[in-house]
Amino acid sequence: MNRHLRAIAVPLIAVAVFLAFWEWLVWVNGWPKFKMAAPSDLPPAYQRHWHLFLSMGWQTLWRTVVGLLLAVLFGTLLGMIMGFSRTMRDALYPLLVGFNAIPKATVVPIVALMFVGQHDFNTVLLAFMISFFPIAVSVSIGLSTLEPEYRDILRALGASQATIFWKIALPKTLPEFFGALKVAVTLAFIGTNLMEIVSPHGRGLGALFDSGRTNSDFPLMFAVLIALAFLGIVLYYVVVALEKIFAGWAERSPG
Amino acid sequence: MQNLIEIKGVRHAYQTDSGPLPVLDGLELAVPEGGFVAVVGPSGCGKSTLTRLIAGLMKPDSGEVWLHGERVKGPRATVGMAFQNPVLLEWRSILKNILLPLEIVPTKLSKKQAEERARFLLSLVGLEGFEDKRPSELSGGMRQRASLCRALIHQPEVLILDEPFGALDAFTREDLWQTMHRVKEREPFTGVLITHDLRESIFLADQVVVLSGRPARTQYVLDIPSRGPRTLDDLYTPEAADQLNILRHQIQIAQGRAPAEEARA
Ligand SMILES: Nc1ncnc2c1ncn2[C@@H]1O[C@H](COP(=O)(O)OP(=O)(O)OP(=O)(O)O)[C@@H](O)[C@H]1O
Ligand SMILES: [Mg+2]
Repeated sequence: MNRHLRAIAVPLIAVAVFLAFWEWLVWVNGWPKFKMAAPSDLPPAYQRHWHLFLSMGWQTLWRTVVGLLLAVLFGTLLGMIMGFSRTMRDALYPLLVGFNAIPKATVVPIVALMFVGQHDFNTVLLAFMISFFPIAVSVSIGLSTLEPEYRDILRALGASQATIFWKIALPKTLPEFFGALKVAVTLAFIGTNLMEIVSPHGRGLGALFDSGRTNSDFPLMFAVLIALAFLGIVLYYVVVALEKIFAGWAERSPG
Repeated sequence: MQNLIEIKGVRHAYQTDSGPLPVLDGLELAVPEGGFVAVVGPSGCGKSTLTRLIAGLMKPDSGEVWLHGERVKGPRATVGMAFQNPVLLEWRSILKNILLPLEIVPTKLSKKQAEERARFLLSLVGLEGFEDKRPSELSGGMRQRASLCRALIHQPEVLILDEPFGALDAFTREDLWQTMHRVKEREPFTGVLITHDLRESIFLADQVVVLSGRPARTQYVLDIPSRGPRTLDDLYTPEAADQLNILRHQIQIAQGRAPAEEARA
């Protein structure tokens, strides 16, 4: 089989097999609609609420992306501070680990109460809080483990710290950075949805899910799950594409 | 004759968690213009520290480092360095890697001239045709050749080599020795070579300096008289055998494995 065809066909077949199995499971057990939805229930759900899916999906998407961008900015900055200064690393690391250890589900109601009604702000904040940690850690490790010789070849010629950062340290940490970004994008997405579900009168796909739950509308809830999965996949592959462009050199051809 | 590199009574200690660690203690070294000195000594005695002092990457606690009649106070553009680790930048082509120093030091070369010079250096070390390859596509020996080109691109007065061939297999290493002689003919420089290979030191250098164990001082200096271009066969002459014997004995003294009364021959 042609390699490109195969790259597309194999995942598609896997999805089809999965859907068929799911449909069969619901059919064989005779589960009613208020207990479990089957794939065949989903198209009608999308049809009924397509405008909601579009507007809510957009809400979820942009808030996740803004939260993630903030996390990238803040995380990179924090990583640089910790990567370049041993003292700052020793000072900030325990704080950071402690902060990261707090389950974010417990932060959600606090944030929701602190900034009542500010849905956009709350959601972006949570997406940010949950996703900057891996970025900060990867950047700081990338910078602090730079072999001294890399610094020395430029420093011996009189290059400034800034030049060394732009020409060597930054590009060299890009592979680690993108590895962390792949984790962060998934986390930011989780953060957005946590907030959307918990916040009263919320917006976004999370709120749509919640309304499906209050109405015991299983097909709607599953339709939201699938839409979320779709958005998550899109976001993930955007990061993969960016990685190919900016850190493609780090890829080793297999075999 | 004026010495291009002159190190006088240099002492240095690193500050470690368990107190100061003296590394250099009264080190003397003089390299005339165009000379090539090999420095050998026990492992961990302070050889790399010496190269960092010459390059101006650090200051000694006391003593003086002079380069071309000027006191070394910091890094300077007239130095080229290569290490055991070739440290090529994976995201750049070989050509762009070699041009890197010219992005830092001021140069009179136009972009085109700089590229021509890089290509010339690549052909000198036997890497023509590899300009557009990535470092990951090169073997260890080839990377080291590229690293050598990068150290030379800005026509440094001083070339500092810290065990550049240490990680290579014996055959590749001998190949690179011959390359070094070819390079030296076309691209004159004053060189300091750190090595732990005594055969390498007498094949490449015109003077071999033996450092004592840590803290290092200059323990012994052996001149290698040159009779025209060297070939690998020169390593198997009686003179070479004598030189190697002397050096081997000096290293044993430096390691504390032989009595020291003969140290200053
Ligand atoms: N930045 C540093 N801080 C503290 N100690 C150091 C530092 N750099 C080197 N040392 C110590 O100083 C001593 C000399 O180091 P140096 O790297 O100069 O030795 P070397 O002769 O090059 O060793 P090798 O043969 O292994 O290359 C070693 O014992 C090393 O552990
Ligand atoms: Mg060393």
